[in-house]
Amino acid sequence: MSQNIVITTVAGAIRAGTPLLFASIGELLAERSGVLNLGVEGMMLIGAFTGFAVSYNTGNLWLAVVVAMVVAALLAALHAFMSVTLRANQVVSGLALVFLGSGLSGFWGQRYVGTQAPGFSNLSIPLLGKIPIIGEVLFDRDPLVYVGYILVPLVWWFLYKTRAGMNLRAVGEAPSAADARGINVSLTRYIYTIVGGAFAGLGGAYLSLAYTPMWVENMSAGRGWIAIVLVIFAIWDPLLAMVGAYLFGGISVLQFGLQVAQIPIPANIMKMFPYLFTIIVMLFTSGEKMKKRFGAPSALGIPYSREEKT
Amino acid sequence: MKKLFLPFLLVLITASVLALPLKIAFIYVGPVGDSGWTYTHNLGRLYVQKIFGDKIQTTYIESVPEGAGAISVLKSLANHGYNLIYTTSFSYMEQTAEVAKLFPKVIFENCSGYLTRANMGDYFGRIYQSEFLTGLIAGAMTKSGKIGYVAAYPIPEVVRGINAFTIGVRMVNPRAEVHVVWVNSWYDPPTEKEAALSLINAGCDVIKSETDSAAPLQAAEQKHVYAIGYNADMKKFAPNYYLTSAIFNWGVFYEKDIKEIMNGTWKPEKFWGGLDTGVVDIAPMTKLVPPQTQKLVEAMKEELKSHEFHVFEGPIYNQKGKLAIPSGKMATDKELLSMNWFVQGVVGSIPK
Repeated sequence: MSQNIVITTVAGAIRAGTPLLFASIGELLAERSGVLNLGVEGMMLIGAFTGFAVSYNTGNLWLAVVVAMVVAALLAALHAFMSVTLRANQVVSGLALVFLGSGLSGFWGQRYVGTQAPGFSNLSIPLLGKIPIIGEVLFDRDPLVYVGYILVPLVWWFLYKTRAGMNLRAVGEAPSAADARGINVSLTRYIYTIVGGAFAGLGGAYLSLAYTPMWVENMSAGRGWIAIVLVIFAIWDPLLAMVGAYLFGGISVLQFGLQVAQIPIPANIMKMFPYLFTIIVMLFTSGEKMKKRFGAPSALGIPYSREEKT
Repeated sequence: MKKLFLPFLLVLITASVLALPLKIAFIYVGPVGDSGWTYTHNLGRLYVQKIFGDKIQTTYIESVPEGAGAISVLKSLANHGYNLIYTTSFSYMEQTAEVAKLFPKVIFENCSGYLTRANMGDYFGRIYQSEFLTGLIAGAMTKSGKIGYVAAYPIPEVVRGINAFTIGVRMVNPRAEVHVVWVNSWYDPPTEKEAALSLINAGCDVIKSETDSAAPLQAAEQKHVYAIGYNADMKKFAPNYYLTSAIFNWGVFYEKDIKEIMNGTWKPEKFWGGLDTGVVDIAPMTKLVPPQTQKLVEAMKEELKSHEFHVFEGPIYNQKGKLAIPSGKMATDKELLSMNWFVQGVVGSIPK
């Protein structure tokens, strides 16, 4: 029984963590370039809706995923335009994106409420899927979970081991120095804000195509906000973001495991843990030295302008 | 002079009401696309619009904030000549009463509240009667003797539903248990699904959903256990394992209410309609439910309709096996509305 609860919690953690993982990797990339995008919830919703609508109308799941990513990326492009080109307040623009995404998806989505569309089913990986317990938990999942497995090390490698990744970090840490070295700050920020939006859309599509294949308004139910918190928890590191996503997912699943097992830990306390962990991380990384090494990208949220510097 | 004035005014109002279509507004707490509570109210609105045609004109406002925000919405609707305003959530009750005082000529109806005024009534459905019927089915279908109940919030309305369901389960299967998990949300599909999966993993082979989305039913279908829904017919979400749903037909109440207003017989009342009024019901049972169970359900439905049988009639024991409602006694509406204890057979606790 106790082994059972562990297995089901780990399996559930991956399921519940995957949408958080995609969205937080996206936000991480945008923030690494210096753009704070609080509109994750809105981009996830538009991704969830368009993904479902495409699956409903064409039956093609991978096309649905791609369209979801493209449409969410378009919303992110709007945010990039506001915050990079117009140098508007990024917090306000990001919040506007939340309302835009939830409003548009709700409006267009009305006729899809209560309808069924094809969703991803589990795909067991040959050999690996046969390993007892581990195989079932890790390698007998829907394809998007595998995309998550592959995406994280790729992003980590890109960020720390490639020239483009180094440029990205430079733009977020010291945009004027990066500019002096000939890196196009505006273009870099545009690219990663838009790519970040695409990943948020992928997170949304996971909800409406794999997790619970259906469309209901506001179905992301605050996951976009948790993804933003998660980036801070992960101190802007993709591997830690993966750990955090599965951890946060696991907590949300464990609350039910505990209820069923009659262990009286109030669900409200459980729901608090992700935020508590994040505050602890923030406390530990708040010192000057720690901040340099583990803190937010120095130019996060600050619009860049060459003229002001000279 | 003053004595004559009032009847004159009434005639004037009646005349104008007869000449113009009745303007009706609905205030929704969520989006019409929530697939649950607000969705069913909107179905009710569409139903009366179809029945009355151009004799009425309806509109709705979704996701209206609770508190002061609702007051300005209500005032502006009344100012725009709406004669009848439905506020479809308990959380608007106080605001509705406040605005009703300012607009004595407008009729207000609040769903699931308890305050009434000269021009304000309340309405709700005895969904627990439907829950009881679905419990009969769950009790007949379970093989493991464990039934999972995905519940929203620990409030009397939900506790009452769980109890009625469990009474139904135990009537046909005295040793079966109903395992309850709280989602602490009306509306969060992935979390609702996880709640259902945790119950299935613990050995439950029938899942009863009480939250707004169909996600628990999807979980049941995926894991090959039976599913029972809530609010509306949800067959398509678990085509191979769906049994039935406890459902609201708000249109039935809206039709009756609007007719009374048109006939001039409307009085403020606390309407709490059961199966006999049709405002609550169960969705058609699928072929998975054996004929003798279907017959039993139909028979009990008739008894509930004719008031020969009552769900909360003693002897009813609480979770600890203590007699809660003695033989020959019945829970009063007041007791039902404040119910905060589980009956025998429920596994789970009510967070305090």
